[in-house]
Parts: sequence; C-alpha cells; structure tokens
Amino acid sequence: MTNQELFSTANEIRKGIVTAVHSAKSGHPGGSLSCADIMTYLYFEEMNLDPANPKKEERDRFVLSKGHCAPALYATLAQKGFFPKEELVNLRHVGSFLQGHPDLKHTPGVDMSSGSLGQGFSTAVGMALAGKMDNKNYRVYAMAGDGEIQEGQIWEAAMFAGARKLDNLVLIVDNNGLQIDGNIEDVCSPYPIDEKLKAFNFHVINIDGHDFEQIRKAMEEAKNTKGQPTAIVAKTVKGKGVSFMEGKAGWHGKAPNDEEFAIALEDLKKAGEA
Amino acid sequence: MADVKKIATRESYGNALVELGKAHDNVVVLDADLAGATKTSIFMKEFPERHIDCGIAESNMMGIAAGLSTCGKVPFASSFAMFAAGRAFEQVRNSIGYPHLNVKIGATHAGISVGEDGATHQCNEDIALMRTIPGMVVINPADDVEARAAVKAAYEHQGPVYMRFGRLAIPVINDEATYKFELGKGITLREGKDVTIIATGLCVGESLEAAEILSKEGIDAEVINIHTIKPLDEALVVASAKKTGKVVTVEEHSVIGGLGSAVCDVLSEQAPTKTMKIGVNDTFGESGPAVELIKKYGLDKESIAKKVAAFVK
Repeated sequence: MTNQELFSTANEIRKGIVTAVHSAKSGHPGGSLSCADIMTYLYFEEMNLDPANPKKEERDRFVLSKGHCAPALYATLAQKGFFPKEELVNLRHVGSFLQGHPDLKHTPGVDMSSGSLGQGFSTAVGMALAGKMDNKNYRVYAMAGDGEIQEGQIWEAAMFAGARKLDNLVLIVDNNGLQIDGNIEDVCSPYPIDEKLKAFNFHVINIDGHDFEQIRKAMEEAKNTKGQPTAIVAKTVKGKGVSFMEGKAGWHGKAPNDEEFAIALEDLKKAGEA
Repeated sequence: MADVKKIATRESYGNALVELGKAHDNVVVLDADLAGATKTSIFMKEFPERHIDCGIAESNMMGIAAGLSTCGKVPFASSFAMFAAGRAFEQVRNSIGYPHLNVKIGATHAGISVGEDGATHQCNEDIALMRTIPGMVVINPADDVEARAAVKAAYEHQGPVYMRFGRLAIPVINDEATYKFELGKGITLREGKDVTIIATGLCVGESLEAAEILSKEGIDAEVINIHTIKPLDEALVVASAKKTGKVVTVEEHSVIGGLGSAVCDVLSEQAPTKTMKIGVNDTFGESGPAVELIKKYGLDKESIAKKVAAFVK
C-alpha cells in the first residue's frame, strides 16, 4: 500500500473505532485512535496473515497488551476481513464476541486474550520463544501503552526477551503521553522509555507513530535487527483524528454521545476527503 | 509402617516430567529460579533445550507459558505454591484461565510441610484460589505413585491444570501395579460405616492410619482419597455421606476454601450431612521441622483419630 492508501485505511479504521465505542456507550477511544496508524500498518503491510484462516500456523502473531484498546483491534480486523464490519456496533453488548477486552476464544484474528495491563507482553514473549524453539519464521508484535509500562511485569518480560535475544519480537509502545489520571509524567513518569528498553537489551527506534514512512522504516529496521528484540517507541496523539478528543486524558475511557459521535464522523469524513 | 518407602511428590513431579518429555516433544518446562527445589532440574538434565528458566519472575513465567501454549507447546510452569497460585494468581486467571489455555502449573512446597522456611513460604490458600478459576482442574496427589500418574493425566487433559506437590518425603501408599488415576474420580481406600474421612494430599496417608487407630476404638471409618479437588467427585462424596451420615475432611490447607469447603458445597446442596473440617485453622504457619508442624497443626494420624472420635461420639 502507498502511504496515502494506508492513511485512507487508517481513517476507515478510526471510523470503526468511534462507531463501536459510540454503540457500546462505553470503551476506550483515546488510546484506540492513537495506535490506529500502527495497527493499520501491521495488518495491511507488515504481518503475514490470512483472514480466511486466522489460526494459520505460520502466521505472524499480534498481542494487544493494552487490551482496553480493543476497538482499534476489532476495527482493524473487520477492515481486514476477519469478520464483517457490521459486527462493530455489537461491541460490549451481551452475547457479542466483541468483548470489552480481547477474547481469543471467540474472536477471529485475536491471538491472545488481554486487558489486564502488563500481561499481554509476556504472552507475546512466550510466542516468540516458541518460534525460536521450533525454528519457525513467524514474527511476534506486541502493542503496549506508555501508562501500561508502569506495570512491573512489562519489565520482567523485557528482561527475559532481551536476555534470550528474541529478535523475532517487536514491542511497540504507544507513547500518547496520557493515562486515566492524567499526564504520564505527572502520574508516575516512565521516561526515558527508550533508554530503559536499551538497558534491557532492546534495539530501540523512536518514531512519530502517525507517520507511515517512519513506521515503515522502523518495521524494516526491526526485521533486519539480529540478536536482540526491537522496541518501537511511537510518539502519538491520544484521540488522534477526532478534533475534540485529541490530547485529552478525559477521552481515555469515555464514549461519545450522539452529538459528539456525529462531529467525530464528520472530522474523519473530512480527513478522508482531503 | 516404619520401613515404608518415602518420596516427596515434588520428586515425583520431576521424574514424571522426564517420562513425559521422552514421550512428547511438545512438553516444555518452565521454572523461576527454583529448579533444584521444584525438581524440574531432573527434566533440565535430560532436556536442557526444553527447560526454560525464567528467573525470579513468576508472573512473567505464567504469561510466557500462556504464549507458548498458543503455539502448540504444553508448558509445565513450575514454582512454589505460594508464588504460582499466590503471586501469579491474576496471571493464572487472566492469561491462562480466561483464554482456557493448555498450561499445566506444577506447584511444589505447598502447605505447612514446607517446614523451616516458615509462614511466608507455606501456602495454605492455593487450593482455594485455584478452584475459583472457571475451567481450572485442581489436583493434589497423595503419594509418589499418584503424583506421577497425575502429571501424565494433566498432560492428556486439554486445558489448564493446577497440580499441588509437597516438599516433605511421604509414605508411598498406592501400589503402582494396580493403581489407576482417573481425573475427577475419588478413590475409596477403606470401607466403613460410622464416619467418612475425606482426605487429600499427604493427609490421605495419615487418615488411613487414623482409621486403623479408630478401628481399635470400635469406630469403623470409611476413607476416601480425593486427588482431584476440582472437578470434585460429587457422586462419591454424596454416596458415602448418605451411607455413614458423618463426614470429616482432612487437608494440609486452610479450612477456608479448600477440600473441606468443596465437600461442604456439595453436601449442603445435595445431601446435608454433619461435617467437620480438619485443616489449617485460618492461621499462618511457622518455622520448624515439617513432621513436628504437622503434629502441632493437628494433621497427623493421632490428632486426626482423636478429632474424629470426638466428632463421632
């Protein structure tokens, strides 16, 4: 895909995110929108996947460690054809396979249940380890939040991955700078994220997480990095693409009402036409 | 029974893993810097490439096990019960239980028979914690024969299994030649008519001996070995309770939430029966030689016999 095509696809995924969260009347739009461009790149450019065969053994794996951003994963999977886009409005509804946080048992394309912060990355490390043990070529991608990395388990997993030189593993930190209680620096600063990960034997790449050229280069660099895992620290904007949500911690875990939803869709429609 | 063979079930765990490893390439064993104590070191010696030491990070170990299982491995994640069920409870619940992954948890050093290390390492709460997780199988074997069979049964079972092993060498009470392990099935070791003693783990051997003491006092006790606490053999428990009319549970675990509670859950609904729970009485353990602690906390044959006799009269 060209960068323009990636942008258009990401824009559609953003529409899916706000549609799903609006329909659920709850959920996490801010962090879903901030990681949407990277999700788009992973699913439409980077990963070896087959929507018709979601459990294909040689597939690349993805773990959404920041599981509350399930709307981004679901909108991406639907856009990719794992299930119909019409399902998105069933997010968080009783009986729906689109649970508030990812559930691998019932959702096609979900490689791991996640949502309790810090846990998903460990499971991704386990998948990468299995790939190494079996000499398989698949790669494993994990998306963590910048607030999430306050969890100690992230660093247990990072220590293990670095020590085991799991170069088939990529950790993406969605550095949107905000968590529920406010600015991550005010709550409990995880900075410098890159230096910390370097100290755990990660090859670290800092990028603008909304710039497809930088995302592309980082993913290529990760693939060419041998003997250590890669971490991509992606500077992003929480709520990206929806004017009134951008940079607002208040939109971490709140659904837009009907009026706000209309504005959000209008913002995204305009962006798509530009 | 002075010359009876004694083996710690953690040793059985290590030996059974080697047997499994020989039979199945997908068996991998994880540990958190306790390989010598959990006895996964026996497996490590045979299959170093399939033994993964995660360092002192049990939460991460559970996540790694979960990830490995989604890629076709059958991981046996091993640590002390305190850390496997306690520290990593939420990882076991959310990364293994909720996705219902095929991860086996080998928890050694359960209960007060840890001995000298004391209360911080004596987990009397693990059965309670693990049996609340939907879909989790909880096994607490009574001796070496049963423990090795349980590890194999855990492998054959599709889904998460929690296995509880001990540090202390305990008598081998089962005959390998005739023993059959059936997941979820209790075993009536002694028939009796006056009272049913339902025991698990190392308390099974003690309860059998207690039954002999009681027999001399004219009390005819039935002894049931419950190696699988979840799913519990409800039919066996109910049938025996109806037969004797009195039930005593015995476990090296808190009286809150363990075997005793599981039995009471069933009986209160299906066959209300006067029941007494013998176990660790809502207290922490302490340092001391394991055998002395078992006596002090009333889990030895004499204490069991005394309590049962008083209960029956």
